[in-house]
Order: sequence, then structure tokens, then C-alpha cells
Amino acid sequence: MSEAAVADKAAHGMKGMVDDWSADKQAYHVPWGKAMMWLFLVSDTFIFTCFLVGYLNVRMTTTDPWPLQSEIFALSFGGDPIPLILIAIMTFVLITSSGTMAMAVNYGYRKDKNTTFWLICATALFGAMFVGMQVFEWSKLIFDEGVRPWGNPFGAAQFGSIFFMVTGFHGLHVSIGVIYLLWVALRVKRGYYDDKGYEIVEIAGLYWHFVDLVWVFIFAFFYLL
Amino acid sequence: MASDAGQQHPLGIYYKVWGLLFVVSLFSYLVDYFQVEGAMRWTLVLIFMVIKAGFIIAIFMHVVWERMALVFTILGPPVVLLLLIGFMAVEGNYTEEARFTYMGHDRDAVALTPSDLHGGGHGEEEAH
Repeated sequence: MSEAAVADKAAHGMKGMVDDWSADKQAYHVPWGKAMMWLFLVSDTFIFTCFLVGYLNVRMTTTDPWPLQSEIFALSFGGDPIPLILIAIMTFVLITSSGTMAMAVNYGYRKDKNTTFWLICATALFGAMFVGMQVFEWSKLIFDEGVRPWGNPFGAAQFGSIFFMVTGFHGLHVSIGVIYLLWVALRVKRGYYDDKGYEIVEIAGLYWHFVDLVWVFIFAFFYLL
Repeated sequence: MASDAGQQHPLGIYYKVWGLLFVVSLFSYLVDYFQVEGAMRWTLVLIFMVIKAGFIIAIFMHVVWERMALVFTILGPPVVLLLLIGFMAVEGNYTEEARFTYMGHDRDAVALTPSDLHGGGHGEEEAH
């Protein structure tokens, strides 16, 4: 009997959890790659939370005024600067990429290689756009505004260190995700997963949605509050 | 729900969640745009954040369709982080108050903005 068939016959809900964990057998009825990706994402959750808790503590303890994000991340398109507009656009780009990724997973399981390939490529393209806008944001802050990890002209010195550390680490995740997605896309196109199955698209999707998820928290805590 | 074909669900639910994420993100941007301040700002931003995070985890990451053994593995450990957040908030509050009360830091300091530093409509030349 296959693993999946076992999972379908087993009890669900709380009783299912107790059965899965108490018996001397495989606990997770998912491909091993997916279980490992989830464990990695849980550990990554701890890393990002440590960063955000560090930010919380620093922001609470500093007695210097915290710089006004709304104005610092404003952007002008000819007229008056629109507050926080760059970050809003970045947020929408990342959500768009999340949607194309969810569809890529769906078409992957239908074994529609061509559509899956293009959907993953679109996802990677939006990811690259996001990183590009982040480069623009960083260079604007570094060269035009003189923000440094050890100080800035607006207020609390910690603003710079938190900004570069948190958005930098997130941007690194997006960049790695783009490379990972392109690699998976190429293999999809070549038919590498015809025999192995298309779970890999879902696994890559988990990573990508996690990156989007982290941005939800950064957007709220660092940019809005 | 989970079969040997993996997590396969109708596309409609993805479109709905996708649209919802756009709308909720727009709402949280509008909180800033209309300069909602104080407790209302915190409430709205946190509500929108939780809605977005919840739908991404539940639908896009398929957690709502996973077996409970995996769901608890994913959602259980991060719960201890709430304890860390609570501890550091209490500690942070104490440190800040000590700095005001005993070290003479200024309670009324105000942050500067880019327009304070560069004069009115700034940065257009670099923005294009």
C-alpha cells in the first residue's frame, strides 16, 4: 500500500495526529522534500522573528525619535511626494508573484509543462522586479539621504541598522528564491519531473509564499507602525 | 483531501485569495495614506496583517488541507516566540522609562524628515 493510501484510510483530526505520532511509523504523509522544506521554513521563522524582536526592543528602548517611514519612503512622480508609495508597489509586486506561483503549482500537478514553465518564470520575473526596486530604495537611502547602519540624519541611529539588516536579509531570500525558481522552471521544461512527480513545484512554492509572508510582517511592523 | 496527486485544488479559490490579498494590502496602505494615528492605526494594521498572513499560510501554502500532524509541527513551535516578544516588550519598556527618568533623555524629541533636510519637494532629480 502506498503512503498516500495509508493516509487516506487513517483517522483525521486530533485522533489522526495522535495515531500518526504514537505509532512506530512515518509521521508525515507528504514527500520527504516537502517535510524538510517545512522544517527549514519553521527555522527561518525563528530567524526573522529574532530580527523583528530585536527591532521591537531597540525601537522601544531608544529615546531618540524614530524616523517617519511614511516620509522617508515617499516618492515623487513629478508632483508632490506620495507617502510610502514605493513600498506599496513592492508589496503589490510580491503579491502578484505569489498568485502566479500558486497557479504554477496547480498547473504543475496537471503536468502542463509549458504553462507551469511560464508561470514560474513570471514569478521569478516579479521577484527580480522586487529586488530591483529594493536596490533603488537602498541606493536612494544610502546616497541621497545618507542613511548608514550606524546613523542617519533623521533620528534614532538604530533605524539604519534595522533597515539594512531586515530588508537585506529578506532581499537575500527573494534573490535566492529567484535563482531557485529559474532552476526548477528549467527542469520542468526539460521534463525532468515527468517520472519523479511535480511535488517540487509545490515545495518551491512553499518557499516563495514564505518570502511573501515575511514581507507581510516587515511591511506592517517596519513600514506602517 | 490530500491524494497521491499532491495538493490539487480548484483555481477559483486561488483567484479569490489573490484578489483578497490585493484589497487588504490596499487597505493597509490607505491607513498610512490617510494618516490614521494612535490605537486605530495599530488595530487596523495588525488586523490586515493577520488576515493576509492567515490566507497565505492557509490557502497558498495549503496548510488548511494538510494533516494535523504536519500542521502542529508547523504552527506549534513558533508559539513560544510570543513569549519572547512579551519578555522583550516588558524589558524594552523598563529600559526606555529608566533612560527618561534617570538619564535625562528628552521625552519630546521630534524626528526630522527628508523635506526638513532638503527643503520642499525633494529628490525628483534622482527619482527619475
